[in-house]
Amino acid sequence: MDFTIKTMAEYAAEGKAPEVLFFVGCAGSFDDRAKKITKAFCKILNKVGIEFAVLGQEESCNGDPAKRAGNEFVFQMMALTNIEIMNAYEVKKIVTTCPHCFNIIKNEYPGLGGNYEVLHHTQFLRKLMEEGRLKIEGGTFKGKRITFHDPCYLGRANGEYEAPRQLLEKLDAELVEMKRCKSNGLCCGAGGAQMFKEPEPGNKDINIERTEEALSEKPNIIATGCPFCNTMMTDGVKHFNNNEVTVKDIAELLAEAEDL
Amino acid sequence: MQYIDNIIFFIAMVVGFGLFFKSLKEIYRNILLGKKIDRSDQKAERWGIMARVALGQSKMVKRPIAGILHIFVYVGFVIINIELIEIIVDGIFGTHRFLAGILGDSLYSFFTATLEVLALLVVIAVVLFFIRRNFYGIKRFTMKELFGWPKHDANWILVIEFALMMAFFTMNSSDWVLQQRQVLAAHGSFPISANILGPLFQNFSDNALIFTERGAWWFHFIGILFFMNYLYYSKHLHILLAFPNTWFANLKPKGQFTNLDSVTKEIKLMMDPNADPYAAAPEADPNEVPEKFGASDIFDLNRVQLMNAYSCTECGRCTSVCPANITGKKLSPRKIMMDTRDRIEEVGRNINKNGKFVDDGKKLLDDHIQREELWACTTCNACVEACPILIDPLSIIVEMRRFLVMEQSAAPQELNQMMTNIENNAAPWQYNQADRLKWATEN
Repeated sequence: MDFTIKTMAEYAAEGKAPEVLFFVGCAGSFDDRAKKITKAFCKILNKVGIEFAVLGQEESCNGDPAKRAGNEFVFQMMALTNIEIMNAYEVKKIVTTCPHCFNIIKNEYPGLGGNYEVLHHTQFLRKLMEEGRLKIEGGTFKGKRITFHDPCYLGRANGEYEAPRQLLEKLDAELVEMKRCKSNGLCCGAGGAQMFKEPEPGNKDINIERTEEALSEKPNIIATGCPFCNTMMTDGVKHFNNNEVTVKDIAELLAEAEDL
Repeated sequence: MQYIDNIIFFIAMVVGFGLFFKSLKEIYRNILLGKKIDRSDQKAERWGIMARVALGQSKMVKRPIAGILHIFVYVGFVIINIELIEIIVDGIFGTHRFLAGILGDSLYSFFTATLEVLALLVVIAVVLFFIRRNFYGIKRFTMKELFGWPKHDANWILVIEFALMMAFFTMNSSDWVLQQRQVLAAHGSFPISANILGPLFQNFSDNALIFTERGAWWFHFIGILFFMNYLYYSKHLHILLAFPNTWFANLKPKGQFTNLDSVTKEIKLMMDPNADPYAAAPEADPNEVPEKFGASDIFDLNRVQLMNAYSCTECGRCTSVCPANITGKKLSPRKIMMDTRDRIEEVGRNINKNGKFVDDGKKLLDDHIQREELWACTTCNACVEACPILIDPLSIIVEMRRFLVMEQSAAPQELNQMMTNIENNAAPWQYNQADRLKWATEN
């Protein structure tokens, strides 16, 4: 990164508070592919001039995979740890690039004493766009076909279908919808802790089914809004030996449009 | 002896309704076997949801063909039941088409004509449903979990509805001919019976017509009583339970799972720096039953989940959108609901027999629902979204996973590894927490 990412601790040491806490998440911190999404999002925030911070080493897993697997102990251990730290920094507003972090902090942390305004990065970026702080020139994507894969934990779980689409529309590309989209969207196969295990026996893997559907729309780009969807769809595209179609997070597409 | 009809009618009615209320009481008792759950908040919103989803069928029309046919049958059913009032009064007091006197002739004609049109729509819908269900090879109707009783049940419902409507038309047709012959006073208008079936009865003698009319009338009435009592054994129970089921639906975001309070207490104590690790454990209440985590049997599920199971009509819309099921895994959300109901009924029979539940060595888990089914779920909420009456199969799956993980430590090995990683490194992968910000300095 060619600028410095500041932590909450550093802001606190300066006696200041950032506009928003970027909760990076495990995938965004450690997974090589997801790190690119993290960086792209940071570049946009930096370009717009948003004062943001991350928790850095003080961040813990949000607890989602443990919770969905049924381990309430491990979930609450993580949740209460994060809440304690975030409350100590008097965090008000959180943005995430991962719908799983977004969902759990927004919906399940309040019951444990963590009350914040939580936004998915597509919601945050849309807000910046509406406020005129973020301007998107989509020239690079003119004539391209993009299909968006709805993440379950953003869409069905929280009813947000429009924010990612409104951002994509700004790219001047042709947005094509898969047959199963929005509230009927098909899971990528990673949710519910499936990311961390082999699937149960069946005819095919879920991500293959989903990628097949996406590819049938003949897109140039499959857009995602979740690091796990991104991995699953990338694997799916590889499975079909397709070198033409790329899988990109909306943050990456916006950063590319701005040549960041 | 002239009152014999009325007496038989009255006895049939009392027995029919009596048995029906006995069944309802049993269902209510069984639902109470579940854990208490408070879903009495936001009443205005709940009434609205019930009006839209159960009464207004708003989610049914997401699949337009099935949805519209279903609305025919549903509206027909509701309005034809208004006629039940007339049947009961006529039956007890020996009157004939008593509503005509109340409504006045023109309004009554409108009423009977509407009924006729609706009954015809019901017949058409029921026939199409039968063909569609049995000969179209629609996947959700040909799946393994429907073999046997569930499949027969579905067909019986259609056959009974067809027979009831046919009795209704036979009754009206013979009545209409008798009215034409001025044997009966002319009341009502019968567009279908007069034009389609009526001509068939023209050659009948008066007595044969009276016999046919009475026969169809009795068949119709006894049929309704029978159908009402059949509900207890049938997936058709949804015609009643869809209403409370939507009223008590979960209003929280679909992605929000419950937080177990008992766990919070433990973890807060664990994290409290002032807690004395050597302190003696507080005196335990000897009567306190240690809380069980998650669900292995119906007693561990909440009452709304049990009502969900009774409300399910096995349409399979949930299963047809389930990513695990689509890709050939064993999980079928519909089967989760069917299994849950089967187990509730098994427990119910046990209670009927023994006066209270006597351990039968069986559980919902393993004896009905297999672990492989539970572990195939991606928690994507497609099943929850798809249900036309807001059943939540996912909540049951999650409760059962909680039991497997927290009571039995029986998660798949890879998930155990993932959970250990989270405990040790605060990340599902084996990375060092100190490396969390490495990305910020990489190119």
